[in-house]
Amino acid sequence: MIRRFLDMPNDSTQKTIFVAAVLCLVCSVLVSGAAVALKPIQNANKALDKKRNILQIAGLVQEGKTVDEMFSQVEPKVVDLATGEYVTDIDAATYDARAAAVDPKQNVVLTKEQDIASIKRRSKYATVYLARDAAGKVSKIILPVSGYGLWSTLHGFMALAEDASTITGFGFYEHAETPGLGGEVDNPAWKAQWSGKQLFDEQGNIAVDIVKSAAPDSPYQIDALSGATLTGNGVENLVHFWAGEDGFGPYLQKARSGGEL
Amino acid sequence: MSETRKVLVDPLVDNNPITLQILGICSALAVTSSLKNSLLMAIALTAVLAFSNASISAIRNHIPSNIRIIVQMTIIASLVIVVDQIMRAYAYDTAKQLSVFVGLIITNCIVMGRAEAYAMKNGVGMSFMDGIGNGLGYSLLLIVVAFFRELFGSGTLFGFEILKLTKNGGWYEPNGLMLLPPSAFFIIGLIIWAIRTWKPEQVEQPDFKIHEQHALGDR
Repeated sequence: MIRRFLDMPNDSTQKTIFVAAVLCLVCSVLVSGAAVALKPIQNANKALDKKRNILQIAGLVQEGKTVDEMFSQVEPKVVDLATGEYVTDIDAATYDARAAAVDPKQNVVLTKEQDIASIKRRSKYATVYLARDAAGKVSKIILPVSGYGLWSTLHGFMALAEDASTITGFGFYEHAETPGLGGEVDNPAWKAQWSGKQLFDEQGNIAVDIVKSAAPDSPYQIDALSGATLTGNGVENLVHFWAGEDGFGPYLQKARSGGEL
Repeated sequence: MSETRKVLVDPLVDNNPITLQILGICSALAVTSSLKNSLLMAIALTAVLAFSNASISAIRNHIPSNIRIIVQMTIIASLVIVVDQIMRAYAYDTAKQLSVFVGLIITNCIVMGRAEAYAMKNGVGMSFMDGIGNGLGYSLLLIVVAFFRELFGSGTLFGFEILKLTKNGGWYEPNGLMLLPPSAFFIIGLIIWAIRTWKPEQVEQPDFKIHEQHALGDR
């Protein structure tokens, strides 16, 4: 039967349809086979990469330990962004805020005035990560942040000290800004500037700012990246958004006024 | 054997897909701002090129000529997706940065060009070799371009610091142009110039000559 098709003249209609159909079948088996077979490894990579990023940004990396060992001192918790309360009926280990942000049932569409980070919609709930010290006290609060830079949405984490205002680490794990210009948000020297800065001023207003030639002793100012004004604006906007009313504002407000973490 | 050798070595300089055939320029502009990305892109393209050439050659006698382009496209696209999936599984960090460009291998003219020009007319083994050879020619150029762009744009090679940048307390002020795609045009242009000076037989004959009388402009 196959022989019969193969012996036909190449340009006959039947053979054309036969070749197209067989080709599609073979190719789709190949593609879906690869996708299904490699999925577990890819997902493990993704999860590991996220954990490693959290640990790196929070400064919890220790030599000679696996990522999973180090991550055992970090506790993920799901927060309702509108109220700042923890949500207990969702498993924080598996909750995916980025998937929720594009699911109409689980997201909130932002108005133009709210949406300074240009993300259009955010999930109702977000995962925060609490790092505890040896005594079991919360030592760091790690918040996921995201926002639009010049070319791409930047995804990263910001680590705060237990006062919920002092920044102890900040960095992005995913972005597609121009390497060498906007991509310098990954430069360790630039990221180091964020450590020790205050997210809020004494009145509780968002105070951290990216400015041209920052005063080195200012507790709020970060020196901008040269040649990356738009990426810099994007980073500043996303920090302001996530620290503000529509982001983690209510949660951080509670943490600052001594609420239990 | 010498035929195989010719197919493998020719595309490196004498018949380089980028500098002589001027194919695949777009991806050469996009990924060459760092050496690591270029290397992975080169490996991915060489693999796709070799296997697409081999599989197209294997069924070349049964491809109806009126759907041959779409048949080639389907094979190439499937291979690209497989390569992308493999990279995401085993080279996660680089794959994250390259993902878009790996997808764009589908539209890389070299792959289609070799399928149409070589694999449709030659045997499986030779077509595979032709894919490897052209992949290597592309890789060579990509790596040369990336070497200059990363060195002068970021002061690093494979991420290791070679020229200490002023912003990190060194002496080298990086050339921001090198990080932007147009610089690849300049570098490729200079390389083509250099190769054609070395091998003048690569210079194309002009399509037509302006008549002396008009060239002189004495009307």
